[in-house]
Amino acid sequence: MSQKTKVIEKEEVVIRFSGDSGDGMQLTGTQFSDTSALFGNDVATFPDYPAEIRAPQGTVGGVSGFQLHFGHKEVNTPGDYADVLVAMNPAALKANLKWVKASGTIIVNEDSFTDRNLEKAGYDADPLQDDKLSDYNLIKAKVTSLTKECLKDSGLDQKSILRSKNMFALGMVYWMFDRPLAHTEEFIENKFKKHPLVVEGNKKVLRAGYNFAKTIEALAYNYSVAPAKIKKGTYRNITGNKATAWGLIAAAEKAGLELFCGSYPITPATEILQELAARKDLGVKTFQAEDEIAGICTAIGASFAGNFAVTTTSGPGLALKTEAAGLAVMTELPLVIVNVQRGGPSTGLPTKTEQSDLMQAIHGRSGECPMPVIAASTPSNCFEYAYRASKIALEHMTPVILLTDGFLANGAEPWRIPKMADLSPITVPLAKEGDDYMPYARDEEKLARKWAVPGTKGLEHRIGGLEKMDVTGTVSYVPENHQVMTDIRSERVRRVANFIPDLPVKGDDNADVLVVGWGGTYGHLTTAVRELQADDKSIALAHFNYIFPLPKNTEEVLKRYKKIIVCELNDGQFAEYLRSNFQDIKFEQYNKLQGLPFTVKELKEKFNQLLEEK
Amino acid sequence: MADTLLKQPAPEKLTPKDFKSDQEVRWCPGCGDHGVLNSVQKAMALMGKPKEDFAVISGIGCSSRFPYYMDTYGFHSIHGRAAAIASGAKSANPDLEILQVSGDGDALAIGGNHFIHAVRRNIDMTILLFNNEIYGLTKGQYSPTSKHGMVTKTSPFGTVEQPFHPAELALGAQSKFYARSIDTNIKLTSEILLDATKHKGTSIVEVLQNCVIYNDGAHSLITDKNTKEEYQLVLRHGERMIFGKEKNKGLVMGGNGKLVVVTIGEHGITEQDILIHDAHTPDPHMHWLLSNMTAPEYPVALGVIRDVAALSYEEKMVQQIKDIQEQSSIKCMDDLLNSGDTWEVE
Repeated sequence: MSQKTKVIEKEEVVIRFSGDSGDGMQLTGTQFSDTSALFGNDVATFPDYPAEIRAPQGTVGGVSGFQLHFGHKEVNTPGDYADVLVAMNPAALKANLKWVKASGTIIVNEDSFTDRNLEKAGYDADPLQDDKLSDYNLIKAKVTSLTKECLKDSGLDQKSILRSKNMFALGMVYWMFDRPLAHTEEFIENKFKKHPLVVEGNKKVLRAGYNFAKTIEALAYNYSVAPAKIKKGTYRNITGNKATAWGLIAAAEKAGLELFCGSYPITPATEILQELAARKDLGVKTFQAEDEIAGICTAIGASFAGNFAVTTTSGPGLALKTEAAGLAVMTELPLVIVNVQRGGPSTGLPTKTEQSDLMQAIHGRSGECPMPVIAASTPSNCFEYAYRASKIALEHMTPVILLTDGFLANGAEPWRIPKMADLSPITVPLAKEGDDYMPYARDEEKLARKWAVPGTKGLEHRIGGLEKMDVTGTVSYVPENHQVMTDIRSERVRRVANFIPDLPVKGDDNADVLVVGWGGTYGHLTTAVRELQADDKSIALAHFNYIFPLPKNTEEVLKRYKKIIVCELNDGQFAEYLRSNFQDIKFEQYNKLQGLPFTVKELKEKFNQLLEEK
Repeated sequence: MADTLLKQPAPEKLTPKDFKSDQEVRWCPGCGDHGVLNSVQKAMALMGKPKEDFAVISGIGCSSRFPYYMDTYGFHSIHGRAAAIASGAKSANPDLEILQVSGDGDALAIGGNHFIHAVRRNIDMTILLFNNEIYGLTKGQYSPTSKHGMVTKTSPFGTVEQPFHPAELALGAQSKFYARSIDTNIKLTSEILLDATKHKGTSIVEVLQNCVIYNDGAHSLITDKNTKEEYQLVLRHGERMIFGKEKNKGLVMGGNGKLVVVTIGEHGITEQDILIHDAHTPDPHMHWLLSNMTAPEYPVALGVIRDVAALSYEEKMVQQIKDIQEQSSIKCMDDLLNSGDTWEVE
């Protein structure tokens, strides 16, 4: 590395790897982010791939991308715009050019810019030949032919040789950012351990890319991003969906119950079911049901029979589960319903992100049918909120909706691994043999009924969807009793507020503007607000994880601020909800419905505008 | 939960009365459901299991009121979903003895999907399918088993739909146990229920049930005192398929692959010519022929039509978990959290 001509210190860098679906860009991006995390940077990543499994090759629709953001400082988002774009074909360039920073670096695989590929990508003229890219630092590399040349004597077939060209690109970027190759080499050795030729080939191409970048004059400098100041501990990378699955398993273990997941595959929630299905070693039972309704119904049956039961889905699936969710409310059985929100309505944008199921989660059931709603806000804290949702469900004997979204689900970040011993206990109100059991008798604090598990001698009882008599649980059509039970169902959910933390605020109590958000927009809102605060702007952030019930100090917090703007990836559902709760407070809105997260840039522009308006 | 799973060494002797709950039975006087309730309570008392091991799970409909009348664990759920809820309950707690109660509308219309998939998976439970060929609780609309052309409130000019034969649907879903009884025949129904409970896997017990209000006499040809013996064939494994008042009628296989009703003593037919029922053969062909027989061309087959041994869903599930747990180095959540790629930050 002595040949580096110039090293530029950077606080943070955003790289986007992009190529055809089959070009291995997800793997390339993951390798770079793992290596950077091991190096000590803070990292956030987000994959962007087409909904089609094998979208037409070479077309813009078939482009698969992976963006990662790493830094010396705290990193909360995968980044708005890329410092470096790796484009393995013309379509990748076409799809991603708008996401490259002015004067950013673009690495292209020059070999792929053939007439046919240009046409497929919709280019009239070769962008590498005209001056359209002159504002960028364009690095043309013949990735395909250099890879072929490198492996011509490797004994590998042509297909395997071409498949390793992503390693060439990765090697180049490793040199640019002064990263060691060791982690990826080890990864290659493990992944292909049954195919020694492939191991050698990939390692050789990785080094060839690294050396190529070092040698060519096009790279006059490389960057250095120093490690971040990160809390001491053991770390791993984790996606939101995996963290959700693990939070549920952790809760079951803590509660001393078996975990049952009844689910139907649906994008972008499927990985939770897959991860749980892989965890038979921890005794997890997964039931891939015949439909969404059976997903929740098997879970309700499992809950009745004494397991900690969950069901996982996305918006349209939640709609199908609605009636059964009402049954879970009526029977007061513990259940966690995970909704990984996607772009709606209907099939909508299955692989994209949105926050538009909020009202569905709070209100979308027949009858007066309240259940707690909580939301995770970063990929890794999906673990924490899945755990907390489980704790509420089990201790309060209620179904709980946990909202995440496509952005959190697929996004990844380093996560400080918790110790099970440090997680708060979960105490399940089980009825025991010999108890004088009444199905709807309740504890005074939480108004939770007791859970009498079938198989327990002497506690035989019947529950169901029909209205039940208070305490005894027999079928009741008594008018006054329905009022009593409706009030109890409402009050017991409200009392969950006594067991959740206060709403935290980042910033001064007397800031000019309070930004309000909830769920998966946390990273972007935090970054925007923090950057404005660093510029001495009078702005604060209140970000909600507990949606229903709201934290008890919510009104007190909101009343402190003259100007409040509620930012969400929907048409203003949380703003509406806050208005209905706090009629004296005025809420402005900032909404986006493009299937994409906010960008920090657009948020800052909006907040600056608001700050200037006073 | 371990304490709840500990089985009592010798269950006390139970009587049908022990299974009656304190709730007043609210079916219409003369409803066939009363007879089925008696049959179930009689059978359960003979099963030799403690009461707390039973869970009766139903959907919506007249028959789905069943759990309230049973002094066992019970769940009266929502329309059509009982098979799914029961599947979850059994997977969660394989020690439970689950009776899933459903009507023809509940199980075959709104719940048709859950019904076939429960059968396909072979979840170890008994599905008690009350077939009265009508929607009773909503007061008289046609059901998926109503006969073609039947006049009801939603088919004032007769239905134009062909009905399901529940057995056909079940065999199409690879059912391993199918039996049929009549609401008023408490002895036969309780005998069948004992067999159904012994069978590992989904056991379907179709009960031809009479709705006195909205479809009275739907099964009269086979239940009427004067005609029933001519139109009922009670099948027993290993026994000949003989029926009729004089016990002189039987089934033989015709040359065209169809069953033929013959009379012993006529045209040179002897008892030795009559087919012997084999409930245990995995080949569903004969079971399909038998279960699809309709009166008056044929007698209607009752008793255990099909009873084929196979592993149940939850047996396989439990075994798989056990096998993986033995192989895996991950024994608890802390192991999982620290598995794979991790790194230390000092």
